[in-house]
Amino acid sequence: MTSLPEGPNENKLEQISRILIDDSSRVPVSLWFASSVFWLLMGSVAAMISSVKLHHPDFLGNIEWLTFGRIRPVHLDIVFYGWSSMAAVGCLLWLQARLCHVKLPWPLLLSGLAMVWNVGVCVGVVAVLAGHGSSIEYLEFPAYCAPFFAIPALGVLAANVKMYVTKESQHTYVSQWYLLAATVWLPILYVTAMACTYFGLVQGVSQAITNWWFGHNALGLWVTPIAVATAYYLIPKVTGKPVHSYHLSLLGFWSLAIFYNWAGTHHLTGGPLPAWTITVGVVGSMMMFIPVITVAINHHMTMRGVFHMLKTSPTLRFTVFGSVMYTVASFQGSLEALRSHQEITHFTQYTIGHAHLGLYGFFSMIMFGAMYYIFPRITNNEWSSARLIKVHFWGSSIGVLAYGAGLCWAGWWQGMMMIDPGIPFLETVAYIRPYLIMRSVSGAGMTIAHIAFAISVWRILSRHHFVMSGPTLFTTARPAWREFVNEQEKREQAELEAQS
Amino acid sequence: MNRTPFIIFGVFLTIAFSLSGLVLIPNWQFQDHKPVINTRDGSQYPVPYFGMALQGRDVYVDQGCTYCHTQQVRAKGYGGDIRRNWGNRRTVARDYMYEFPVLLGTMRTGPDLANIGARQPSRDWHYLHLYNPQITSAGSIMPRFQYLFRTIKAGELAPSGAIPLPPAFQADGTHIVPTARGEQLVEYLRAQNRTFPLPEAKQ
Ligand code: HEC
Ligand code: HEM
Repeated sequence: MTSLPEGPNENKLEQISRILIDDSSRVPVSLWFASSVFWLLMGSVAAMISSVKLHHPDFLGNIEWLTFGRIRPVHLDIVFYGWSSMAAVGCLLWLQARLCHVKLPWPLLLSGLAMVWNVGVCVGVVAVLAGHGSSIEYLEFPAYCAPFFAIPALGVLAANVKMYVTKESQHTYVSQWYLLAATVWLPILYVTAMACTYFGLVQGVSQAITNWWFGHNALGLWVTPIAVATAYYLIPKVTGKPVHSYHLSLLGFWSLAIFYNWAGTHHLTGGPLPAWTITVGVVGSMMMFIPVITVAINHHMTMRGVFHMLKTSPTLRFTVFGSVMYTVASFQGSLEALRSHQEITHFTQYTIGHAHLGLYGFFSMIMFGAMYYIFPRITNNEWSSARLIKVHFWGSSIGVLAYGAGLCWAGWWQGMMMIDPGIPFLETVAYIRPYLIMRSVSGAGMTIAHIAFAISVWRILSRHHFVMSGPTLFTTARPAWREFVNEQEKREQAELEAQS
Repeated sequence: MNRTPFIIFGVFLTIAFSLSGLVLIPNWQFQDHKPVINTRDGSQYPVPYFGMALQGRDVYVDQGCTYCHTQQVRAKGYGGDIRRNWGNRRTVARDYMYEFPVLLGTMRTGPDLANIGARQPSRDWHYLHLYNPQITSAGSIMPRFQYLFRTIKAGELAPSGAIPLPPAFQADGTHIVPTARGEQLVEYLRAQNRTFPLPEAKQ
């Protein structure tokens, strides 16, 4: 195992082979990524509708298809299955091919699987909006959607294993462990949970445990390892510094694999379960300090001395933001699992604040960083505008910090009011409402950021090329897009005329 | 050395362990749960939902009430559940032995509903509340569920089943009647009663 994938001083041959590898992943990875960005936009729309409905319940009030109890699970399912999972698959395919030094196998098949996955999300969303959802969080999509996710998940697993066993690199890089593990976990988790949920394989409250065994692990054992793997690759790559410690990364991986599994029951604290199941969840959550601290040390020490690069590199800025949020959200999560903490915050907006610090502040930000790195390499093009990237970064980062901090604060006091029976319930509702409005405002910031990002992605995938001009940093000035397109079209026109 | 099988197998073991530990063992532990018989009047608890309440559960699921309401009461001294009168004892696994799906919920944007049938048995209250929560609970952020009701144009005389809207909420010459789904949902809510004393839930 080495501590750096390919150094900045690699030779010509390696460069050429890397270009070939990037070429091989062009179509499938672009497709998984572009789909994920589409779902990010749809997820933001659903998010805004649910959020506004929470403080103004009469907004779109008479449309049954958009009632809060349907649009809210649709938001969650779109951002989980559509945005997060599809972004994760794109990242994992590209990263594994690069790290194994092999071309991406079966590009056509993998592109087809992206379309199958997309169909699954579409069908599921319509089903939930039409009232066929199951009301089981993360598993709302009806049983007939399962093949649309299970089959691609197995296909991705096969491609991943194939790359790994035929790898040409002599070394294994720590990211590869995470990628391999995540693709093994996902199909097992998903198929088992769907079977238990829909075919009554388990009874009574065991259903609720299955629900959170899945819900928690889907985040911790599927999207988290992929984001950690990505950060482990990108931070050394962009800064040109090796990973701090190999032994720490090994410890981090296995402690995540062993402990995260057991943490899911902290979602049921105080519930009608045997006390030991909750205790296991609390212990599992506490043990998560180990992988989190090891990853934090490794990433922080790698960044030491090069923090100034955050000024210029969009990839690095998003990734480092995400990796810092990993530490923050995980520390928060471990403490949140304690019984005395859950007594107050369990059923409040605090949980929602935490969810967004994690899945958005950590995971999504790292995916954004990765896409800023990967898209130029697979499309042979450059980002059209540094200003759009700035809008994206500031909208997302300020948005999610305000969202997370605001709701955690408000959720805590909401919980304090709720355990005091002297305070009528409606007073707690009145207390939380201004914060719900604040959430809609920060959500609007995030939505604007997503639109800016989607425009960038649309442009880099279009046929207009910024090839000759070097990477787009925060400090890069580019011609206005419209003028650039007009110029390029004029030039092409002239060339055509010259030929004829 | 090729470590691939070792990694994959190790990774597989981690998840197999937690599945057995968290899901299969408790499931097996709950398997011999039986309903309890009240020696005084011979009644049994719990009983599976039946009739309109059973149909009402599907309405509760498809409207996603569970995203704002829990159905679980925490033990005395842990949170304010019992002091808020959301139940007279904590709920335990046996309470849910017949439920499919189990709708414990994780969010209390609204109050817990594990015992709403015992706390609020009035059908009319539920109809008014579902039709427009502002009628019974001004300042609520619960959505209206007006599509679970029909508007009937009638003269002076209210048709049977019309809900007793206060004049401020009633348009002239019309009456509001719950649809079949509305009635089923209210029966489901009225069936939410987990007050039967169980030996394992002393508090
Ligand atoms: C957006 C969140 C939300 C949704 C969705 C929601 N509720 Fe509510 N619910 C509330 C709030 C807030 C209250 C407390 C204020 C009030 O009484 O309206 C409440 C109160 C109630 C009460 C009265 C509880 C008591 O102790 O007095 C009942 C019964 C109820 N809801 C049933 C339902 C049903 C049935 C559904 C689904 C059809 C539903 N709710 C959907 C937020 C919600
Ligand atoms: C555009 C900005 C966003 C807004 C306004 C927003 C808003 C919301 C709202 C209103 C809820 C329901 C809360 C409730 O039931 O009380 C929610 C839940 C959730 N959202 Fe978002 N969201 C946004 C973006 C995202 C993104 C991008 C992700 C993930 C990548 C995400 C992940 C989640 C998750 C996991 C939940 C479920 C939380 C839980 O039940 O614990 N959200 N969001």
